[in-house]
Amino acid sequence: MSVLGPGWTAVLYLAAAVCFILALKGLSSPRTARRGNAIGAAGALVAVITVFLSAKLENIPLIIAAIAVGSAVAVPVARRVQMTQMPQLVALFNGVGGGAAALVAVLELGHSEDPWVRLAVVFTMLVGAVSFAGSAVTVGKLQELISTRPLLFPGMPVLMGAVVLGAVAAGGFVVATGSIGWAVALLVLGLVAGLLLVLPVGGADVPIVISLLNAFTGLAVAASGIVLGNVLLLVAGTLVGASGTILTKVMAAAMGRGVTGIMFGAFRGGSTAGSTLQSDRPVRSSSPEDVAVQLGYAQRVVIVPGYGLAVAQGQHTIAELATALAARGVEVVFAIHPVAGRMPGHMNVLLAEANVPYEALKELEEANPEFPNTDVALIVGANDVVNPAAKSTPGAPIYGMPILEVAQAGQVVFLKRSMRPGFAGIENELLFDPKTTLLFGDAKDSLTRVLGAVKAL
Amino acid sequence: MMDPITLLTVVVLAVFVGFEVVSKVTSKLHTPLMSGANAIHGIILVGAIIVAGQASDPWLLTVALIAVVLATVNLVGGFVVTDRMLEMFGSRKPARPRAGAGEDGT
Repeated sequence: MSVLGPGWTAVLYLAAAVCFILALKGLSSPRTARRGNAIGAAGALVAVITVFLSAKLENIPLIIAAIAVGSAVAVPVARRVQMTQMPQLVALFNGVGGGAAALVAVLELGHSEDPWVRLAVVFTMLVGAVSFAGSAVTVGKLQELISTRPLLFPGMPVLMGAVVLGAVAAGGFVVATGSIGWAVALLVLGLVAGLLLVLPVGGADVPIVISLLNAFTGLAVAASGIVLGNVLLLVAGTLVGASGTILTKVMAAAMGRGVTGIMFGAFRGGSTAGSTLQSDRPVRSSSPEDVAVQLGYAQRVVIVPGYGLAVAQGQHTIAELATALAARGVEVVFAIHPVAGRMPGHMNVLLAEANVPYEALKELEEANPEFPNTDVALIVGANDVVNPAAKSTPGAPIYGMPILEVAQAGQVVFLKRSMRPGFAGIENELLFDPKTTLLFGDAKDSLTRVLGAVKAL
Repeated sequence: MMDPITLLTVVVLAVFVGFEVVSKVTSKLHTPLMSGANAIHGIILVGAIIVAGQASDPWLLTVALIAVVLATVNLVGGFVVTDRMLEMFGSRKPARPRAGAGEDGT
C-alpha cells in the first residue's frame, strides 16, 4: 500500500525517532524509566505501521505471519525469564538484531549500484555478523555452556589477522562487483571474527562485551539506514551506537578496566585468567545461630549481595532477613557494587524484584565511607567485588577495580557456597582474616536458617 | 540515495544526542538502559519488512522473512523485558514496608 506520501512518511519516521530519544532520556532516571520505555515501544509501533502504509510491499500476509511468529517466540521468553538470566537474554536479543541487520544488507545488495551504498552494505553485513556470533558466545559463556575462562589457542592472533585481511578483501570485491558469492564469504568471515573476538574474553568482562556488541548492532542498523535510504534506521542505529559506546565506557570504568584492555587483553595474556583451584588454608567457619547473634545484636549491618545470591534465588529471603533485623532496631542497608550480579545494575533489578526499597540500596561511593561505623558486613554470594586484591595486588586480574571496603567493618561474615574463587578466578585474602567468619552453603538455604535463628533470638 | 551532506548532518547530531542522553545515568539503571537501547535497534524490523516486501524470488523471500522474525524478536522481546525490569523498580508499595525504609537515616 502507498497510502502515505513521502512527506507524511518522513514526518512519522521523525516522530518515531523522537520517541526513541525520549525513551533513552527517560531510561536514565528511575522515576521516568518505565514511561520512557513505553514511549520507545510506541515509537516502534508508529514506525512499523508507517512502513506498511508507505512502501510498495508484496507478500504482506507472509510478513505479518513472520512478525506474529517472532512475537510469539519473544513475548513468553521475555515474560518468563528469571531475572538472574537477564544478561543472557539481552545478549540473545542483541545477537538476533545484528543477524537481522546483516541479512537485510545481503538482500539489499542486488538493488545497490552506488559504490558508497555498497560500502554501507559491507559494513552492515560485517558488523551485524560479528555482533550475532559474538553475542552467541556471550550467551554460551553466561549460561556456562562454554567455559567462562578466556579461551585461547596458539596462533589465534595470526588467525584473527588473516580473518580481518580476508574480510577487507571480500568487502573490497563486494564493493567493486556487487557479487553475492563474495557477500556470503564476507558474512562467514564476520561470524568467525565475532567468535574470535569474544572467546578470549574472561567471564567477569562478558557484560562489558554485551554492551559493546549492543553498540555494534546499533552501528550496523545505522549503516542499513544508508543502504535502504531510510532516515529512521540511520537515526535510531546511530543513537544506540553512540549511547551504547558511552554506556560501555561507563561500565568499564566502574570495573576499573579499559575497553580495549578487555577486548584485546587476552591476546596479550592479560585478561581475567586466574586460578580456579580451591585453597586448603584454614578459615573460621560458623553456624547460622552464631551469625544470627552477630547480626541481631549489631547496631548497623551492611549487606553486600552478589551473584551467588541471585543464582540461589535468595533475594526474597534476604529482604525478609533485613525486615526482621530492622524490627529488632538494627539499621540495615544494602551496599551494591556497580557490577554486582553478572551485569552492571543487575543486583538492583533483583532486589527491586524482592521489594527492597530503593532508599535502602547504597551505591559504592555512598557505602564505602560508612563501613568504619558498621558492626557487621554480611557478604552473600559475592567475592570479587570485596576482594582487597583489587587494591593490593597489582598483578591481579581485578586490580584497579573499585571495591566495597568491607574489611573496615567490625566483623565480616561471608555466606558462601564453597571456597571456590569468584567469577574472576582469584583467591580472596579477606576470607582468611581473623575477623572474618564463613557460613558455607547455598545462599538461600543459609539465609533461611539465619532468618529462623534471628526470629528465635 | 540521500544527499550525503544531509546524511552526515543527521549522523553527527544523532551521535551527540546519543552521548548526551546517557552520559549521566546512575549505575542502578545500567541493566534496563542496556536492555532498552537493545530494543531500539530492533527497529531494523522496518528494514526487514521493506526487503521482504520487495523480494521476488522465493529464496530471497525466505531469507527476508527470517530477518523479519529475528528483528521482531529483538524489538518486541526487548521492550517487553525492559518493561518487566522497570515494573519492579516502580513497585514501591507503601502498604508493605520493608527493611531500612524507616530506620535508614543516612
